[in-house]
Amino acid sequence: MHDTAHTAHQAPASFIRKHVFSLDHKVIGKQYYGLAFVAVLVGMVLSWLMRIHLGWTNYAIPGLHLLSANGAPGNVMTPEYYLQLMTMHATIMVFFVLTTAPFAAFGNYFLPIQVGAEDMPFPRFNMMSFWVTLTAFLALIASFFVSDGPTLGGWTQYVPLSAVGAVGGPGEGAGVVLWATSIAIFCVGQLLGSLNFITTTLDMRTKGLSLWRLPLSTWGWFITSIMGLTAFAVLMPACILLILDHVAGTSFFVPSNTIINDQLQPHTGGSTLLWQHLFWFFGHPEVYIAIVPGMGIVSHVLITNMRRPMLSHRTLVYSFGALAVLSYMVYGHHMFVSGMNPVSSIAFSFPTLIITIPSTIVVLIWLGSLYGAKLRINSASLFSLGFISMFISGGVSGFFLAQPSLDIMLHATYFVVGHFHMVMGVAAMFGIFAGTYFWFPKMYGRMMNETLGKIHFWITFVGAYCIFMPFHYLGLAGNVRRYQAFVVDYMQPLIPVHRFITVAALVTGCAQLIFVYNLFYSRFQGEVAPANPWEATSLEWSTPSSPPPFDNFGGKLPVVYHDPYQYGVEGSNGDYVMQDSPEQIESARDEA
Amino acid sequence: MGKFFAVTIIVIAILSAIPIVRHTWWMAPDISTHGAPIDEQMSETMAEAGISFLASQILLAVFIWVFSNSKPGAKIKTFPGGATAMVLGAFLLVGTEVLALGAFGAKAWGSIYFTPPSANAMPVQVQAGQFAFYFRYPGPDGKFGPIHPNLVSEANQNFFGIDSTNDADAKDDIVTAEVAIPVNREIHLLMHSKDVGHSFFVPELRVHQDFVPGLDLSMHFTATKVGRYEIVCTQLCGLGHYNMKAYLSVMSQEDFDSWLKKQAALQ
Repeated sequence: MHDTAHTAHQAPASFIRKHVFSLDHKVIGKQYYGLAFVAVLVGMVLSWLMRIHLGWTNYAIPGLHLLSANGAPGNVMTPEYYLQLMTMHATIMVFFVLTTAPFAAFGNYFLPIQVGAEDMPFPRFNMMSFWVTLTAFLALIASFFVSDGPTLGGWTQYVPLSAVGAVGGPGEGAGVVLWATSIAIFCVGQLLGSLNFITTTLDMRTKGLSLWRLPLSTWGWFITSIMGLTAFAVLMPACILLILDHVAGTSFFVPSNTIINDQLQPHTGGSTLLWQHLFWFFGHPEVYIAIVPGMGIVSHVLITNMRRPMLSHRTLVYSFGALAVLSYMVYGHHMFVSGMNPVSSIAFSFPTLIITIPSTIVVLIWLGSLYGAKLRINSASLFSLGFISMFISGGVSGFFLAQPSLDIMLHATYFVVGHFHMVMGVAAMFGIFAGTYFWFPKMYGRMMNETLGKIHFWITFVGAYCIFMPFHYLGLAGNVRRYQAFVVDYMQPLIPVHRFITVAALVTGCAQLIFVYNLFYSRFQGEVAPANPWEATSLEWSTPSSPPPFDNFGGKLPVVYHDPYQYGVEGSNGDYVMQDSPEQIESARDEA
Repeated sequence: MGKFFAVTIIVIAILSAIPIVRHTWWMAPDISTHGAPIDEQMSETMAEAGISFLASQILLAVFIWVFSNSKPGAKIKTFPGGATAMVLGAFLLVGTEVLALGAFGAKAWGSIYFTPPSANAMPVQVQAGQFAFYFRYPGPDGKFGPIHPNLVSEANQNFFGIDSTNDADAKDDIVTAEVAIPVNREIHLLMHSKDVGHSFFVPELRVHQDFVPGLDLSMHFTATKVGRYEIVCTQLCGLGHYNMKAYLSVMSQEDFDSWLKKQAALQ
């Protein structure tokens, strides 16, 4: 741990070193946020196009042919183009939004400050992690511009469809290679980022800051970075093997006697299930990589707005840890009907059910902490409370999907789509929104507009339920996912439900423009933020300015005297005492 | 605003639960002999998940209602029992709940997957390919002719790659694009894919199984109700995935026998 500041690198003078190839974790955090911001807009527009098509299959969407003349002749989406847009929507959202924003963006910006460091230990790796991630994004987007478009294989890229090459269908040649290259590169970025997060948390904490004195947001990022290190390390080689099947004539994933278009494919001896095991060994922890930072952020925001610490700081941290450990033991629940040994299904079912215990503990600690709190309602706290509501709603459907016998009815239906959108999509997005409203004053020195924030919240909260709750009903009725149109007899009566969802998605999507406006308006015109607008206690509010100077603490690292959340006490400033305040507290709640 | 939020949460929770309680959109009625434990498990899970959902959302709403209006001078209160109560509650309530669900669910799963087909189950082969299912009956000899991958050809209508000239077992094989089965007779479905991953899902029959290229998989089931049902593919298999379906007709034994005879004549 460091007790005196020693500047590892000087503040840069040139524009390029300051804003482009910056070594400053804060700039890198903002770059990640910017990337996620662009990615989420692309992902959202793709979802609009998909939803319009699902509601009104033959509707000509004005201008769609400009995106792809082949994919939308006469502006009507072809079946394959629907699947291509769907695959891109999912890949962009999972990797470049849900992993990038809550973990890489906020984590980069605030983890070093919350541990009282002036930067991360490997700033060059950090800079590289962003530029590598951006390259990955560009590689993925490039697939829109290759001759037969992006891959249509879904974000799971199940083999052998994704390994046989262009013969598998549009986008299955160059599209898949670009997809796998993009994801492999993305993994490198995440590995570099994770290494930095872990070493920063373990080695760069300032004097007095024991592990138990870390804020919950830092715990979220720290635990997530450990997950990232192991999960992306498996996905990366899997993607490399997939690329080799395309370009080097290998057969890792294509078995013998595969016949497509009456042609025996030149592959022998590959394994279909190998890809599924490798993918889901990453894929399930990825769900927690997306949500645990959100849990940390939301806990941090809620505590500040409840004016009290959580019922038990340590129980929450242990629960985050339990989620991380269990997340590796449950991945087989994605494969109950895959032909995996049915005994394995039972073996994977129990840990999946057991993971509901730490999840429940987290929710109960949140609820129990609300009891007796002095809750302040603002945009950040509304999104945090909305997160809890969404997490509960998305979580309970996990009871069903954990059981192989019920998976017979629900596998690959909209029930699954509803489940993961609520629990890792919407909940994680709410975490991002909560973080943005909460930390914007620190990042830009200005307040976001609260009225706009609340309007944004109300439409998004109600809208998200209108979109994703009916997905569960569709799934129960047997509506299969990844269909571009519903020509199956028993699915046709469900089309009106799809239309309702489409309308809800368009309205909710448009409401996000309020957020976009608020973000830009407040950046330049927002009210100037006081030093500690939320009367918070953690170290990010102890920096000499907002945004913090290049070295975060103006040349002198803070010394920590307290647990992170000293609220509900009699401090000299009010009902809270900052972590780095040397004042003694009568009613100290120190657990450490 | 806290009160308004609390009311919104409760309204959303109740509105969300209504279609579930009323079964507005629900599983198709079961026509299998093995489906009852699945349906029972679904109802029990729905009850437990539903109670958890409503209780948590209502608790959240009530706490927001009450504690967003705390008086300025109010003291912070601690939930009776503190975190220990939460952890114990989660372990006891949810732990028991999930273990019970897991155990009963495993039993339901085991009753389907760990029971071998009976000796007199009727074998039917199904092959999945982009974007159609084809079925094969072994004919009077009860034996399927071997598959020759190099003979598989859509163009020649030899979907399974059988050599009925040289293979004795293949001579009487019957290949169809729709499948018919006799009611109340156990079927042993032998599954393989010729190209990519597909799946075989018949909601009414409570069967769902992926086709995994490179693996020969099987399922067995007995349909109890005459009727025409749809088999749909649930594993993304390419641009025609949405349209990959086939009909499954459950017939009386007499109707089935005459149907199969007609199909044999068409070969």
